[in-house]
Amino acid sequence: MVEPTPAPQSPAVDSPSAPPDPRAALSLRGLWKRFGEKTAVAGIDLDVPAGSFYGLVGPNGAGKTTTLSMATGLLRPDHGTAHVHGTDLWADPVAGKARLGVLPDGVRLFDRLTGAQLITYAGLLRGMDRDTVAERTTDLLAALDLTADADTFVVDYSAGMTKKIALATALIHAPRTLVLDEPFEAVDPVSAANIRDILADYVRSGGTVVVSSHVMDLVQRMCDHVAVVAGGHLLAAGTIDEVRGGASLEDRFVELVGGRQSTEGLAWLRSS
Amino acid sequence: MVAQFVRLKLRLMANGFRRSAWQTIAFLLGLLYGVGIVGLVVVGTIVLGSSDPVMAGAITVLVGAVVVLGWWVVPLFAFGVDATLDPQRFVLFGIPQRRLLAGLAAAGVVSIPGIVTAVSALGVSFAWWRTPLAVLAALVGAVLAVSLCVVGSRATTTALAPLLESRRYREVVTVAAFVPLVLIGPAFAGLMSGLDGVDGDGARAAVVGLGDVVAWTPFGAPWGLGAAVHDGAWGLALARLVVSLATLGVGWVVWDRALRRALVTPPTAGAGGRAKGLGFFSRFPATPTGAVAARTATYWLRDPRYSGSIAVIPLLPVVLLVLGGGPGSEVFLVLAPVTAWMLGFAISADVAYDHTAFALHVSTGVDGRADRWGRVLPVLVAGVPVTIAFAIASVWVAGRWDALPAELGLTLGTLLVSLGVSSAASARLVYPVPKPGDSPFKQPQGAGMAVMVSQSAALAIMFALTLPVLVLGVLAIVLPSAVLGWVTLVVGLGLGAVVLVLGARWGARVYDRRSPELLQRIVSFA
Repeated sequence: MVEPTPAPQSPAVDSPSAPPDPRAALSLRGLWKRFGEKTAVAGIDLDVPAGSFYGLVGPNGAGKTTTLSMATGLLRPDHGTAHVHGTDLWADPVAGKARLGVLPDGVRLFDRLTGAQLITYAGLLRGMDRDTVAERTTDLLAALDLTADADTFVVDYSAGMTKKIALATALIHAPRTLVLDEPFEAVDPVSAANIRDILADYVRSGGTVVVSSHVMDLVQRMCDHVAVVAGGHLLAAGTIDEVRGGASLEDRFVELVGGRQSTEGLAWLRSS
Repeated sequence: MVAQFVRLKLRLMANGFRRSAWQTIAFLLGLLYGVGIVGLVVVGTIVLGSSDPVMAGAITVLVGAVVVLGWWVVPLFAFGVDATLDPQRFVLFGIPQRRLLAGLAAAGVVSIPGIVTAVSALGVSFAWWRTPLAVLAALVGAVLAVSLCVVGSRATTTALAPLLESRRYREVVTVAAFVPLVLIGPAFAGLMSGLDGVDGDGARAAVVGLGDVVAWTPFGAPWGLGAAVHDGAWGLALARLVVSLATLGVGWVVWDRALRRALVTPPTAGAGGRAKGLGFFSRFPATPTGAVAARTATYWLRDPRYSGSIAVIPLLPVVLLVLGGGPGSEVFLVLAPVTAWMLGFAISADVAYDHTAFALHVSTGVDGRADRWGRVLPVLVAGVPVTIAFAIASVWVAGRWDALPAELGLTLGTLLVSLGVSSAASARLVYPVPKPGDSPFKQPQGAGMAVMVSQSAALAIMFALTLPVLVLGVLAIVLPSAVLGWVTLVVGLGLGAVVLVLGARWGARVYDRRSPELLQRIVSFA
């Protein structure tokens, strides 16, 4: 269903929206975050159904990363709640985080560790036992085509390999829901296809995946649901077909977000 | 171009204030402190210059030389060099190297230490207000001296950075850089013995004599210009001018060359190393605490920012031996407690050192207890035997076996207390530190005062909490009292254990409550 929400001007003190859906993998209500003068996210309500492959799209600076950070326990919202499979993440972070696998965008890794050490570290931090961690580390390295670089320090990895190893740290504890911020950035096409297969498999087996991206084609092919965010507001959300309504997702996105320039500009840039 | 760089620096400072009120407060405090120092120095020198210009000249040269030396050497060990205008960021603008250097040098003066040095240097010149020509010469000298400070500090840090970043050379360079410091010992001892049993006039002669010598060194020469002109020694003035200009020239060329090379070979983490297996991760217990401990231990060995903070420890005994004038000196007893303190203080900015990689701790929801103890345990496990060995070695060298219990109490007490305070501090205070992979000597943008204030706060608390043990231990050693020695040992261990447990517990509570905020603070520096 397409519901372009009107832009609220101030944080909703008592959220007028529906109560959080306990069956949803992620249920966000009235999320609001300001950084100084700038409102990054202005009241986002979103339900991610369990078992869905959800795409979050929006232009640069739309608030995608801020929203996902608040939904995964990395950034405390000014207002609003985030429920993970019915658990209020900010009231009970330990239980909430245990069900989430997170790939944040734009953060470093402990890159003086080798790839294998980093995955092991993530597993042990989650409180898993040594044997399971060892077994899954081997599997993950193989699945992500990193076995040959298992003993290389992460600092020496390329950008794409770094993305993949970060993804492995998010997968090790077999979370019920994966939240991936820009998982395909800088990843080569072959690895991207491998990752897509892994994620699709995971969704088929009952897991939920949320990815943010600004590659519309990718989202249209890969996801079954999509939400469009711009300027800190949710512009549309639903299944891909509902949101695009016959047009291509890209055209629909541009229509929703606006801001296409006419081709007059930068005459001086023409080289001849 | 120079004006643009200075404007950019000022703009960056102003923007820093907009980001954080604390930074403004810290800056104002620093400014106040700076104004105080400038006022004292200038007024003091002018008063002295009016009554005894020769003495004033000698003292200006001596203090000035120490200031220049400080500008050159201190950034290599502590605080780093202000990287607000990191030359790396200008690579793509295609600015001619000569203009880039001039701009960076001018902008280098625009900082609290720079301004304090510059204003003091210029103000001190007016000690010769009775001889206008000498004032003029002194002003020229002051400009030269300030340039020497800025250019020299850039030259040493830029030229040595690549060496200091690679582990193989770091020890060598640290030793080399320590040589001047080690020489201070004998010089000081010589001066003291020279002054021994000498009255005021003798002391004056000694200071003036030392000043004459130091004025020939690259550090002292510019400060001696005014004095030479005042005495009418034109040849001497010319010679000092030549020494200053030559030093400045050499510094400039070294900086120029080093920067040229640094700009096309940005720092890398060394040629792709590989490790075998899981290292500490397979040896430590498979629990969150064990995992954090394994990661921390790995970082101590592999991250120059950690190993750099303890690189000077092997040199301490040498310095103390020289300072103390050979074996048998009680100065040597300082070694073990100082080492213990350095080890404990090294983790006081641990979360900041993680940088945004800390997000992994937040997203996995690791609890505060595991995070805090995981960071403490490797230091504790490695630090206890090392500091005990140091304590035994130092009582042996000092020839004071009777002081062993007191020394052990002091050492272990300091280690435990500083670890406890660090555990609490690193969960609460996050300030910009060199990023992973950056030079440990590069102070991040806009850090300056915030770092100093935070570190001073942690240090003050550490000192206050160690004070009981310190008083007991010093009394036991100086008196000497065997009973007090054992009391020191018991109090040191007891107090230390309590502070460590409480510090870690408080840190864990703060961490559990505020880890997302901690992460956001770090992200805001990124």
